[in-house]
Amino acid sequence: MMSPLALLRQRRNPGRIGFSDVLAYIYLAVGVFLMFGPVVWLVLSSFKTRSNLDEFPPTFLPLAQQSVAVKGYDSKLPLYNVTMPDGSKRVLAQVRRIGVISQLVDPAAPQTIIKVNMDKRTALRHLGLDWHNYEHPLRHFNFGRYLWNSVFVTVVATLVTLLINSMAAYALSIHEFRGKNFFLVAVIATLMVPITIILVPVFVVVNEIGLDNSLWAVILPGAATPTGVFLLRQYMLTMPRELIEAARMDKASEWQIYARIVMPLALPALAVLTIFSVMWRWNEFLWPLVVLSKSETYTLQIGLNAFQGDLQTQWNYLLAMTVVALIPIALVFVFLQRFITSGIANTGMK
Amino acid sequence: MAALELHSIAKAYGRVSVLHDISLAVADGEFVVLVGPSGCGKSTLLRVIAGLESASDGQIRLDGQDVTRLAAAERGLAMVFQSYALYPHMSVRQNIAFALENMRLPKAEIARRVQSASEMLRLEPYLERRPGALSGGQRQRVAIGRAIVRDPKIFLFDEPLSNLDAELRVATRKELAALHARIGGTMIYVTHDQVEAMTLANRIVVLRAGRIEQIGTPLELYNQPCNEFVAGFIGSPRMNFIPVTAAEAGQVQVGAARFALAAAGALAAGDKATLGIRPEHIDLAPQGGDLEVEVNLIEQLGGETFVYGVLGDGSEVTMRSEGQSAIKRGDKVGISLQRQHVHLFGADGLALR
Repeated sequence: MMSPLALLRQRRNPGRIGFSDVLAYIYLAVGVFLMFGPVVWLVLSSFKTRSNLDEFPPTFLPLAQQSVAVKGYDSKLPLYNVTMPDGSKRVLAQVRRIGVISQLVDPAAPQTIIKVNMDKRTALRHLGLDWHNYEHPLRHFNFGRYLWNSVFVTVVATLVTLLINSMAAYALSIHEFRGKNFFLVAVIATLMVPITIILVPVFVVVNEIGLDNSLWAVILPGAATPTGVFLLRQYMLTMPRELIEAARMDKASEWQIYARIVMPLALPALAVLTIFSVMWRWNEFLWPLVVLSKSETYTLQIGLNAFQGDLQTQWNYLLAMTVVALIPIALVFVFLQRFITSGIANTGMK
Repeated sequence: MAALELHSIAKAYGRVSVLHDISLAVADGEFVVLVGPSGCGKSTLLRVIAGLESASDGQIRLDGQDVTRLAAAERGLAMVFQSYALYPHMSVRQNIAFALENMRLPKAEIARRVQSASEMLRLEPYLERRPGALSGGQRQRVAIGRAIVRDPKIFLFDEPLSNLDAELRVATRKELAALHARIGGTMIYVTHDQVEAMTLANRIVVLRAGRIEQIGTPLELYNQPCNEFVAGFIGSPRMNFIPVTAAEAGQVQVGAARFALAAAGALAAGDKATLGIRPEHIDLAPQGGDLEVEVNLIEQLGGETFVYGVLGDGSEVTMRSEGQSAIKRGDKVGISLQRQHVHLFGADGLALR
């Protein structure tokens, strides 16, 4: 692994900067801006106060109003830079505003009220992270619960998916039985059917079983993904046939071949499927929205949706909770990045 | 250890027939080599015996018991694959112990067997390594070790030496022969290399296009090949084949030369036949001889010399002589054929005796 500094100093011909270097770095810079810019913007905005968010033109950094405790006033007063009628500048705390007239006091001498036209003052602000955006929804909107629901759905669904898909893939690639090709075609055919088409029948089934408003209703219907079955089957087909035959000669049962030979060797493909499954489940929206109607069973994505009302959207909370929803998936990418690249290259999946 | 009988085994994939009417009896403790050119069905036959492929027709008996319909795991045979097929995610010890664990042997027994097999095959220093960290020869020994610990009824080898380099192949060949002498198991060994077949086998089975051409001890095949194919397949360099015409009774005509051969008695005058003679059974004859050869290549190996030449009728001849030779390219030399080693094959390829 190259250190980031060494990576940034790479040149096509070591020692001098050529035309292709310039082009490459411009291209990369544009790429970084396009990919990373919105994420940075999102994270910074999630720390802005509501008024800061509503400002136009928007500020890049989250800025918070400075305030000070003044004797004789119960709450803290906001600080302003004020241009006095004589042209001098002072820092004053605003008591109230009536129309275009702002009433201010000097924090050092709070007895006298100074009246100034409001366009003569500018807010004194500092770089401030408004943690309130995170704290409030997590405390009062049950977002901790949504987060836990999402984690539960993702982890359990991924485990179930891995187990079921790998067993199906084993049957379709290694196990010998009559009608193998028929089942393979059936599986591939269902690859083409999107969830939106079968949404209603699946919902009816889930409802009849009595799973509605349970997290299992989210987990179970999507557990056997044709994509995963196909991905694992193709990978298992590349395993040397003689290895399986050697295990058969070694008196291994089909279960032992599956568990002790095929699964350990299919780890790269399983890693890819894990990553995809985590991504699918974490970002899943339509199906959970259909089956989950009680707030305590919401996943994060559904919870986020609740901030968007018909009349108003609580952008500050929405942005903050979007960041919360992003963090786990970002961590998965950071730690499994090696498997993602090599696994995708190996399995031909994009 | 066990004896094996095959009764008219046939194997077809759809409409393609790969094996036809194979019948063979392998005695307990015998080392039988299946040999033939690639595509002759020898590996398929081995896999049918192993139970990895099912026979389309015929019967397989192990110690008199019909096992034709039994799955591979239930036949109690062990196989060494061409690619060795070691489990790459297990250590050498786990590889060897895998079958024993599947047989649910007690732990102490497993440890004892792994220990004795690894001692026998000099694998002790590598027991904790993964197969990926072993050389070709070591992997080969692990594959054999995996077969030995099971104490199988029959050992099956599918071209086990073909992935080794020439030197190691010779060494491993000797070890295999020694192993057979020591444990005395019934072994069936597939190869396309006739040298391996000659050196290892008690009996050789020569296959061509899914049929058995001849079964016999190595020297029987060498001395009395029953047809032209076996004669050409066994022996290195291969036997020379010279087209001849039967003259009068007991005489054959090669170009202008004519000489008497006992085997030619069965031929009528004018019949076409093929004369077979091994390179080591041709003597250079400075004066006269049976035939005259124009030399076009000489290989001097020090201890022996191979002379390649062309006869008057255009057929190519290889000769082997002891020691070193002064013959040069372009020389015309006389050769004489050792009469007792001349083979004669009829127009249908079968040997005439």
